[in-house]
Amino acid sequence: MSGARNTQFFDLGTSTLRELNSTLQKEGAEGAWEIHNPAGRHSLAVGLTNPVSVTIDGHAGYYAAGMNQRANVVINGNAGQGVAENMMSGSVHVKGNASSSAGATAHGGLLVIDGDAGARCGISMKGADIIVRGSVGHMSAFMAQSGNLVVCGDAGEALGDSLYETRIFVRGTVKGLGADCEEKDMTPEDLQILTGLLSKGGITDIKADEFRRYGSARKLYHFRVDNASEY
Amino acid sequence: MTENHHDVTKTFPRYSATFDEFTISQIQRAAATGIYDIRGGGTKRKLPHFDDLLFLGASMSRYPLEGYRERCGTDVVLGTRFAKNPIHLKTPVTIAGMSFGALSAQAKEALGRGASAVGTSTTTGDGGMTPEERGHSSTLVYQYLPSRYGMNPDDLRKADAIEIVVGQGAKPGGGGMLLGQKISARVAKMRDLPEGIDQRSACRHPDWTGPDDLEIKIEEIREITNWEKPIYVKVGASRPYYDISLAVKSGADVVVLDGMQGGTAATQEVFIEHVGLPILAAIRPAVQALQDLGMHRKVQLIVSGGIRTGADVAKALALGADAVAIGTAALIALGDQSPDLAAEYAKLGAKPGTYDDWQDGRDPAGITTQDPELAKRLDPILGGRRIANYLSVMTMEAQTIARACGKSHLHNLEPEDLVALNMEAAAMTQLPLAGTNWYPGKAGF
Repeated sequence: MSGARNTQFFDLGTSTLRELNSTLQKEGAEGAWEIHNPAGRHSLAVGLTNPVSVTIDGHAGYYAAGMNQRANVVINGNAGQGVAENMMSGSVHVKGNASSSAGATAHGGLLVIDGDAGARCGISMKGADIIVRGSVGHMSAFMAQSGNLVVCGDAGEALGDSLYETRIFVRGTVKGLGADCEEKDMTPEDLQILTGLLSKGGITDIKADEFRRYGSARKLYHFRVDNASEY
Repeated sequence: MTENHHDVTKTFPRYSATFDEFTISQIQRAAATGIYDIRGGGTKRKLPHFDDLLFLGASMSRYPLEGYRERCGTDVVLGTRFAKNPIHLKTPVTIAGMSFGALSAQAKEALGRGASAVGTSTTTGDGGMTPEERGHSSTLVYQYLPSRYGMNPDDLRKADAIEIVVGQGAKPGGGGMLLGQKISARVAKMRDLPEGIDQRSACRHPDWTGPDDLEIKIEEIREITNWEKPIYVKVGASRPYYDISLAVKSGADVVVLDGMQGGTAATQEVFIEHVGLPILAAIRPAVQALQDLGMHRKVQLIVSGGIRTGADVAKALALGADAVAIGTAALIALGDQSPDLAAEYAKLGAKPGTYDDWQDGRDPAGITTQDPELAKRLDPILGGRRIANYLSVMTMEAQTIARACGKSHLHNLEPEDLVALNMEAAAMTQLPLAGTNWYPGKAGF
């Protein structure tokens, strides 16, 4: 991998995780960074607050780019559990597959996964946009509160269980909907949002009108005995 | 004929011990509403507690310290294991996690003011950190909860310590709940939720499961906060020996153990009353776990759930805790359950001392509410003074006992200073039954 001319390199074969993260977290850090030999290390490029561009050249372990703010992180490989968890802003792009809880509780920013995502993708998400080119596992968007989850492939069981106000778009099949999640009409506003998201995710070969839209039936918003079987 | 006359051919009317008055009201309430009973607070049942222990004091074989002259230290340092910046408190009595949402902004401010005045910490809750709370708390512990409502890395970095909440004593294994009445516009915004809905929080963390994952999660949080802040792990008392062992294994600096007397903002009555252990039963196995790992005093232990007085503090510390946390007692110090509110409680179908509809948000004391009119009733400056007074009294009470036991620091209190008053307490604590050198299980019987 040869980066742009001003790219700064970081080799985890010879430096520690602490050195990596503290360098990237340092006030005023800027420009492009390339991390070599990540070797599936956990907590890579976490807690970034500077608008830096970081490329992780290989596989990442748990919580890659966790709690990201403003940085743009690309993972040239697979990502472990909780990639971009609690992201606030910026972007994270996984070129391979992501394990479970991708984008968990993310408040903002953009997470793009080129491959598949495991279980609980977008769990408790709070405003981020998550775009998965492949499929997502079971319980994705569980208790998801706001933001958008776009799945170009299929969704596993219990999609959107106990959903609040996140919009879910799925192009392929949905194995099953979770409690209080229902298919909604695709409104012109939804189509516009989805078109924008696909474009943001760099997806040009798939059209917005190929998706179905899912959302909260809002039946669990207040406790009611007649919904007891759903609790 | 007197009024006391009764028909000797009949027995007195007799109430059932099984179907007592309260049980009957529970069944009738369930039948009428079709939804389980939700309330605030901790368990109300009678349990083995610190009242079942006594200190022996000094006499011929132990020298006491002069009550008002000789030094008896009360300070505690938390987070010495890995954190670069452990926190140093002047008293081992801390304020437990309670959310803005569950409590009014005024109540949170009062807790911060009171705790800061006496040099101890206060703790955020589900829903995040408010600027007021940060501003009024000199030492603030930031809770990291399964819901991650309001969880913001900027706040994480502003905290003095971070408490990863696995569970709480009122509901080990249960998630949170905040009913629509309390989801005001501000609370809803902080939690990214629609206003006025019944909010359910998750019972499990969204991105880790089990101690091996937790170890990685703790590393991530340390990496994000430059390894500066003590990381606490809080568990509800259920299997304390194993839970504390696993928290230590996961890399905690401090473990927090909350008994079933610990309060909650809102949970099912059946959960509060039937799940978890009383704190008295949980401390000894927790301390044993730390000792077996060689980590007692290296990983500090904070216990909570039913701490009311300096005697409770002293007993918890003598059993091996490093500090305690109070929640319900702090609310009472702020004015909750006050006899002055009898008329207002009566309107809500309660009496001073019984009020537990914290979930309703109609608290006449202005504490467990988001109603601006009610919340205004609590003066945060006066409330802060009351909290400071109460914390000071507890600390002085604990010192009184420690000096009587000849201890120059609260942390020098030890199990040898204590006896148990009954078999249950003796079995749970492995302290000798008063007047004997025996506890159940000792020497095989």
